[in-house]
Amino acid sequence: MPTNAPAALSDVTASDGALRRFLHGLPGVDAVGLEARAASLGTRSIKTSAKAYAIDLAISMIDLTTLEGADTPGKVRALAAKAVNPDPTDRTTPHTAAVCVYPDMVATAKAALNGADVKVASVATAFPAGRAALDVKLADTRDAVAAGADEIDMVIDRGAFLAGKYLKVYEEILAVKEASGSARLKVIFETGELSTYDNIRRASWLGMLAGADFIKTSTGKVAVNATPANTLLMLEAVRDFREQTGVQVGVKPAGGIRTSKDAIKFLVLVNETAGADWLDSHWFRFGASSLLNDLLMQRQKLATGRYSGPDYVTVD
Amino acid sequence: MASVFEYAPAPESRAVVDIAPSYGLFIDGEFAEAADGKVFKTVSPSSEEVLSEVARAGSEDVDRAVKAARRAFEKWSALPGRERAKYLFRIARIIQERSRELAVLETLDNGKPIRETRDADLPLVAAHFFYYAGWADKLEHAGLGPNPRPLGVAGQVIPWNFPLLMLAWKIAPALAAGNTVVLKPAETTPLSALFFADICRQAGLPRGVVNILPGYGDAGAALVEHPGIDKVAFTGSTAVGKAIARQVAGTDKKVTLELGGKGANIVFDDAPLDQAVEGIIGGIFFNQGQVCCAGSRLLVQESIQDELLDSLKRRLSTLRLGDPLDKNTDIGAINSEEQLARITSLVEQGEAEGAERWSPACALPSSGYWFAPTLFTNVTQAHTIARDEIFGPVLSVLTFRTPDEAVAKANNSQYGLSAGIWTEKGSRILAVANRLRAGVVWANTFNKFDPTSPFGGYKESGYGREGGRHGLEAYLAPTSPEGAR
Repeated sequence: MPTNAPAALSDVTASDGALRRFLHGLPGVDAVGLEARAASLGTRSIKTSAKAYAIDLAISMIDLTTLEGADTPGKVRALAAKAVNPDPTDRTTPHTAAVCVYPDMVATAKAALNGADVKVASVATAFPAGRAALDVKLADTRDAVAAGADEIDMVIDRGAFLAGKYLKVYEEILAVKEASGSARLKVIFETGELSTYDNIRRASWLGMLAGADFIKTSTGKVAVNATPANTLLMLEAVRDFREQTGVQVGVKPAGGIRTSKDAIKFLVLVNETAGADWLDSHWFRFGASSLLNDLLMQRQKLATGRYSGPDYVTVD
Repeated sequence: MASVFEYAPAPESRAVVDIAPSYGLFIDGEFAEAADGKVFKTVSPSSEEVLSEVARAGSEDVDRAVKAARRAFEKWSALPGRERAKYLFRIARIIQERSRELAVLETLDNGKPIRETRDADLPLVAAHFFYYAGWADKLEHAGLGPNPRPLGVAGQVIPWNFPLLMLAWKIAPALAAGNTVVLKPAETTPLSALFFADICRQAGLPRGVVNILPGYGDAGAALVEHPGIDKVAFTGSTAVGKAIARQVAGTDKKVTLELGGKGANIVFDDAPLDQAVEGIIGGIFFNQGQVCCAGSRLLVQESIQDELLDSLKRRLSTLRLGDPLDKNTDIGAINSEEQLARITSLVEQGEAEGAERWSPACALPSSGYWFAPTLFTNVTQAHTIARDEIFGPVLSVLTFRTPDEAVAKANNSQYGLSAGIWTEKGSRILAVANRLRAGVVWANTFNKFDPTSPFGGYKESGYGREGGRHGLEAYLAPTSPEGAR
């Protein structure tokens, strides 16, 4: 049996039964308590210098995303230009972490970025539903990597997970990880479909055991995407995983984070749960598109003392 | 390279509250000086700044206030319940409207963080008045017979840990039931009660229905002793509670006592650990542990002790201690120099008896009364810190092996106010809760309060219940002789 699990935990992926026993042996999650903790951290008041720091950090953590059937090369080029230079009126604005596109747009994005220090992330594995045969998913992944993707955002097979076939999900992640080569792998759980916090904790450990570089909440294509509570839970998982194995894994909430206020709340969750080691675009990302303009407007407000308005940031 | 996310100061504005340089006693709808002209200063425990000078009630003032309450009782108790309810609803709404002002005031006078006064104290205060306002015209459904009658004048003595909330717990049910009150706030926290007096005037409450007498223990004793009161309600230390019980013995005064506690927070090996850690933190560090129902004894199953303690220590290190008015402060100041001395002495005793003391690295402000969050391991049932109420941010950690042992240890206390159970197993929650001798048992949470839920203790934690339908029993007589009062 191939494994990416760190030595300390290599035996838990030895069989379907062992994996199930391990995942079901993780501490349960009390939903009321988890949500109360997330809400309580949401009341932190982040002002002045702390706000300026948080806004710049949040911008630098964005995977600027377009995942539409209507995506065109023109749209992707505009997105790439914005990722490199988010605010044309203020060149001190940090660039985003990455642009995130479908596999067929990777080459366009790569060319548009023209060597800038912005990664190209590609969704793959029959995103967003993941309903395809494994070899189709692997071909999708290889295609994206061959076109120059630096990062692969895969989706797990939620059907298999909910049916309790954890080893199938695990092996699929292993296979995609291998197909991704040197690209960093983000594993999307679609937490809105896993539905319970216990499932989200189990999926987080399953993904990390299989070698995920990032665990990611959602595709942005279902009703419930990233929430403070599910992200807090995943931050606890990466914190505990590093404690047990020494391996650090990133977290990416995606979908539904639209305002600076929301983004700052997520950064507070990172700071007070996983800790300062994760306050870096290498370890924490926002999957978002409209969030960036709100951050830019808040940034301008902090610099000038005035709100500018939507005509003073670029549409894309 | 990870950077550090430093939260800039985010102080709540003091400008929303206007504290007068001096305050009088509130008797018969008027503010007045004490008969003997005595005053005392109230200070902000976080800075030792003098906030105001307050009239100090003596026995003559107590007498005047009780008489005013007696005069007011006749009309107040004769009002239809729905009319009394209108006043209580009005008071509740004014509290909501002035909640920011009152939160800042309470934080200044008590030392607790604005996060707590804003998010816990004030919403609960308003909720309590709303809840009992709803009862005022439904007293015949309180389970006390068809025509329950108010007792008369209630003498109420409240502590400094939740000044306005304890006032609400005392005054709201008393007034809803048709009683009038004389209330003595604690000497270190008189201000919010005096602001409440102003709210009573703002609400047009008839004079004499609520009287507020700031003062010391002598005023409290005079109030309890006064022959003109029919009911004593006290929240505070067990020692004073015992003295009150002796004082009223042989009289026809009804008494409810809400005293100390040494709550056991029991964590089983199948608990939701991250949430249990939050519950332990909230259980002992809420209000700097100055909570009678605090979960001051952690009983953890031995098989998960190390894991839980590691998590607990990591979480303790993230607590933010400092300026109580800063919106990001988790731990504020200890209420008084006297309380700080008591905590310090008990902690020293814990060390001397061989328990292992731990606190996170934590700089304490140079002025004011401060104590770093502290936990003790290697604690046994025989240690003083496992038996005596510390009333401070100090957690004693004990272990158990089986549910039977957990229950035996939890119940092995002179107190019986609160307990917590942490397990994902529902049947265990029910089985253990049934065997705990504690007035409040929380399951997979701690320190959750609601006006609909009765609160009170077993053993030396006192008697009587406050809150909920049960809270009305303390202020109503099921039957009354024909033609009485």
